[in-house]
Amino acid sequence: MEPLSSEGMGEILSPPATTLGFVGWVRRNLFNGIFNSLVTMVVLAVLMAFVPRFIKWALLDGVWYSSGQGCREAGGACWSVVTRNLRFILFGFYPYEQQWRPVLCVGLFMGLFAFSRKPRHWNRRLLYAWGTGLLIMGVLMPGGIFGLDYIEPARWGGICLTLLLSLFGLTAAYPLGVILALGRQSKLPVVKSLSVIYIELIRGVPLISLLFMASVMFPLFLPEGITVNKILRAQAAIILFTAAYIAEVVRGGLQAIPRGQYEAAESLGLDYTLKMRLIILPQALKIVIPPTVSILISAFKDTSLVVIIGLFDLLKTTQVTLANPEWMGFSTEAFSFIAVIYFVGCFSMSNLSRRLEREL
Amino acid sequence: MTWENLAFRAWEKESMIRESSATTENRVSTQPIIQIIGLHKWFGEFHVLRNINLTVNKGERIVVCGPSGSGKSTLIRCINRLEDHQRGRIIVDNIELTHDIKKVEKIRAEVGMVFQHFNLFPHLTVLENLTLGPVWVRKIPKAEAEETAMLFLEKVHIAEQARKYPGQLSGGQQQRVAIARSLCMKPKVMLFDEPTSALDPEMVKEVLDVMIELAQDGMTMIVVSHEMGFARSVAHRVLFMDYGQIVEENTPEEFFSNPRHERTKLFLSQILH
Ligand SMILES: Nc1ncnc2c1ncn2[C@@H]1O[C@H](COP(=O)(O)OP(=O)(O)O)[C@@H](O)[C@H]1O
Ligand SMILES: [Mg+2]
Repeated sequence: MEPLSSEGMGEILSPPATTLGFVGWVRRNLFNGIFNSLVTMVVLAVLMAFVPRFIKWALLDGVWYSSGQGCREAGGACWSVVTRNLRFILFGFYPYEQQWRPVLCVGLFMGLFAFSRKPRHWNRRLLYAWGTGLLIMGVLMPGGIFGLDYIEPARWGGICLTLLLSLFGLTAAYPLGVILALGRQSKLPVVKSLSVIYIELIRGVPLISLLFMASVMFPLFLPEGITVNKILRAQAAIILFTAAYIAEVVRGGLQAIPRGQYEAAESLGLDYTLKMRLIILPQALKIVIPPTVSILISAFKDTSLVVIIGLFDLLKTTQVTLANPEWMGFSTEAFSFIAVIYFVGCFSMSNLSRRLEREL
Repeated sequence: MTWENLAFRAWEKESMIRESSATTENRVSTQPIIQIIGLHKWFGEFHVLRNINLTVNKGERIVVCGPSGSGKSTLIRCINRLEDHQRGRIIVDNIELTHDIKKVEKIRAEVGMVFQHFNLFPHLTVLENLTLGPVWVRKIPKAEAEETAMLFLEKVHIAEQARKYPGQLSGGQQQRVAIARSLCMKPKVMLFDEPTSALDPEMVKEVLDVMIELAQDGMTMIVVSHEMGFARSVAHRVLFMDYGQIVEENTPEEFFSNPRHERTKLFLSQILH
């Protein structure tokens, strides 16, 4: 009997053509099985129905820099509503000729954020850079010194306000949330119950009502003659709200750390602060990076709720633009633009999250 | 089978370990480092330690054995107050253990503890595990702490792993790192809670060897262990615990060849087969 032929004894063969290249990829990923082939066909049909029409509307027939009247005459997307009102949408009532200041601030912020994305850049110098950056922003935005005109915070608006509320909201809510989570685990009954009450109260209330409280009720309790800036009040509401959610996520992380870690830390003679700072929190916070970033992302989006108490964040400036009779009716385009901005923000955060999980 | 026979078989079985250790001479002082007087502890309703009295002198090595659940772990965990006690007194290095957390932390710095499951810090490298205590508790400069840490890593025969993370090491290696981590604090007493019982059989010897070397250096040790060969070669006293009490206490020779209580005999027959 002839031995079963084993083709090519031992030499290196290239794999069968059907598993290689474009054809192979299509087979493996789109048509491996009847069900997947069907799904592929349906998706293709849907795409073919919508994509060409979208491209025609958005790009081919789109109008990029016309008046409102010009938009109405053209049949396609009216991107002019964005381009013509860009500076108002982005910067609100910040004086026109001073808008280089918010531009600089936003640029500075994005630069710092981009650089901070790599954990290997995290060191003392970066901390100083953030400190200096925030100081510069804190001087540039209101002005009033170094010959800069004073711009009262009531006139800050658009993307600056959104970033301001988010940046300070998130950076303040995170440590507060961690402290609350530790408080909830405390052996001291007073600390523990205060933390529990706080967390449960805040989580039982929607952010909108907190914002209303901050803007309407809170001033009633202040002594006569003292007013707290509206932005600051909204900021406080966002911080308090987000912190409660972060606290619960962090608590989950703390519970995931085995008792042995606490005991090993204690048996070296570490006190509570050192034990938490050096052993428990680094591990617990790392475990909860994904849910924490989810909370930060939704907090970032929730800053848009400040429209209802009349702050001019990105959403409000867009609404105001659309209320102008010239641009009435082009909300699709304007809100698409806002959506893209929010998407870029959220996507960079979730990217950061994945990077942190991988590299820490 | 007579007790002499049983004991002799255990002797044979563990001869490997015995051979690797030179006879450890008696350097016990009469200075007590740990005094436990009339100790009682309850977990809720459960009376887990019942009237424990024990004095450990400097340089003394004690092996504690007894059936599972008899309170061995609880007893040694009381010594550095990982568990608190409800009645009686514990005095370590002339400081009495009370609710005063500052005093407790001071004692913990002087008392090393090695756990059954190692409990290394997984987010830190081996070297960082070792320098953490000295740097943050003893306030020793980092460079100096690292130098000491490398010495102790060499002592436990594992210096080449200094930059690795605990998760990359075998169980035996991890336990040796855990021992080195405690030693870096230059403790006056070392407590071991079944240090080899979570290890694969082939790794037990490397850890026991390190502990035997430590014994030869004159370290005061309390070891919860069922490694009878180890007990024979290094212990000054063997304690047998059952139902939260110290039932029997004797020199290893007497303890193995001439156990006095029925429960001890039963226990020995079980672990020696
Ligand atoms: N934290 C605890 N809470 C309640 N019971 C416990 C706790 N720790 C141990 N015990 C009980 O105390 C007894 C003694 O435990 P332990 O000291 O660990 O025994 P051993 O180390 O001798 O096996 C066991 O019955 C155990 O179930
Ligand atoms: Mg035990």
